[in-house]
Amino acid sequence: MRIAVCVKQVPDTEARLRLARDGKWIEEEDLPFVLNESDEYALEEALAITEKLGGEVVVFSLGPERAKEALRKALALGAVRAVHLNDNAFAGGDALANGRALAAAIRREEFDLVLTGSQSDDLGWGGTGSVVAGELGWPHAWLVMGIEIEDGGGSARVTREMESGMNEIFRLKLPAVLQVQAGINHPRYPSLKGIMAAKKKPIDDLSPTDLGLSAAGSAASRIELVSVAFPESGGGAEILQGDTDVVAKLLVEKLTKEARVIA
Amino acid sequence: MSGRVWIVLQQREGQLHRMSREAIAAGQRLAAELGASAEAVVLGAGIGSAAQAAAGHALTRVRVADAEALSHYTPGAYVETLAAAMAAESPDWVVFPHTYQTVDYLARLAQRVGATVIPEATGFVRDGDGLLFRRPILGGKLEAKVRVKGEGTAFVSVQSGAFQADSATTGSAPIEALPVPAAAVPDREILGVETVAGEKLDLTKVDVIVAVGRGVGGADKMAPVEELAKTLGAEIAASRPVIDNGWLPRDRQIGSSGQTVTPRLYIAAGISGAIQHTVGMKGSQVIVAINKDPGAPIFNIARYGIVGDLHEVLPAITKAIREGRG
Repeated sequence: MRIAVCVKQVPDTEARLRLARDGKWIEEEDLPFVLNESDEYALEEALAITEKLGGEVVVFSLGPERAKEALRKALALGAVRAVHLNDNAFAGGDALANGRALAAAIRREEFDLVLTGSQSDDLGWGGTGSVVAGELGWPHAWLVMGIEIEDGGGSARVTREMESGMNEIFRLKLPAVLQVQAGINHPRYPSLKGIMAAKKKPIDDLSPTDLGLSAAGSAASRIELVSVAFPESGGGAEILQGDTDVVAKLLVEKLTKEARVIA
Repeated sequence: MSGRVWIVLQQREGQLHRMSREAIAAGQRLAAELGASAEAVVLGAGIGSAAQAAAGHALTRVRVADAEALSHYTPGAYVETLAAAMAAESPDWVVFPHTYQTVDYLARLAQRVGATVIPEATGFVRDGDGLLFRRPILGGKLEAKVRVKGEGTAFVSVQSGAFQADSATTGSAPIEALPVPAAAVPDREILGVETVAGEKLDLTKVDVIVAVGRGVGGADKMAPVEELAKTLGAEIAASRPVIDNGWLPRDRQIGSSGQTVTPRLYIAAGISGAIQHTVGMKGSQVIVAINKDPGAPIFNIARYGIVGDLHEVLPAITKAIREGRG
């Protein structure tokens, strides 16, 4: 099987964030960036499928030059090639613009399956993968927690997460786009051998013109990000101050005498 | 401003989803702000009772797409049905509850009909001629304000709890049939629904919960959590990353894909407070947050907060409780 995996490089969600001076985004200098969490699971799933059934994995990413680090990691983990939608004109796109651009890049080759993460941890909400599917005219599913390839690659038995601890199980015809949820598998770590091999694997840069797109990024999006801010705390917590032993004692006192929730 | 606001409701087995009423409240507020009319759409098979429940609100009408092809949710049949309805009438705004079902098809429907999407909206304010919408980004650590550019339909999915269901204005709306096009067919073979394996432990009836997040650092680092839980007679729970890493079993997960709990005391240690977790615990009577990052959103919903490393703070709390008991 040939599998395309779409990945994104995002700010490390554990990092301390600072606002950019113009208040429109976060300060990116000194900010650590990582391969988006659910994308790691999507990549692992793709690698496991091709190891079992044969085939290869190609990774795609839309993002600035620094996104090459995420692509290199994917290559170190076992993808054979990378495609980088790398052009200033791609900046500021929403799920619709980005999904359209990724679909245009994927369409240049033949794939049996496209995997993405369930959502990106920065501005994401889970939309991009289903736009890719819509553009390609393939079925899709979000929050995928299980994939079994059946019928010699003609279909897949898919488990999808629902609300309240339930899963839905269905059979889809391939090719399809599956948006993989974190927790579906245990992603591997890159080996030293893999990291060395990745340096020799090709990364192709593509622009909107290469893809035949008349518009991309913010020019192809109807959503404008006006500003970002730290959320106003809804009342917020009473932050207890002092050395660890002092705040611990104070907390126990408050839980016992003020809130009266422990005896 | 004027125009038309649609509200797409979600139902299951003829019952409106809890968040459908929140979507009605949001859609009514949006319509009032725009001087527009609001109407609802609901899809399914044999869903007269859901339509009746929707019709008990102040809406110009409730339209029901009722067909066997819609008996089980599939993106194929839903997208075709809604796309046909939108092509016929071009609504200005369409409000959806931001549920797992909505997100599954929302962007694809937008792509199909040429609409734009404001996802996970938590509110809106007037901004000159238009509207500014708020939405959480970066795991809820920041809030973005966004607006729509250009002409055409805009979809808004509203976050759980952002609009109060009981603030929806009641009334009496006529029920009409919404045609289901022949192209609306399921794009998959539904095989069944299962309970997630291991969903055995019921945390909903527990009085005290000590919950840990990614900040705990590993399955071998649970000792201070276990000690505190033992001292308090509490159950241990976790946010999703802990479960995904296999540090605790899935039946201890709290949040949108786990259990929803309202204990007397909820201690959240090393949990940043992303919406996917907080929807499952924000109804707790008293929330205590312990996190290294003073900017973690969990502090916004907690009553008491301690900024620090849980591996130092939890043992100190355990010690203080034991000393207090003499």
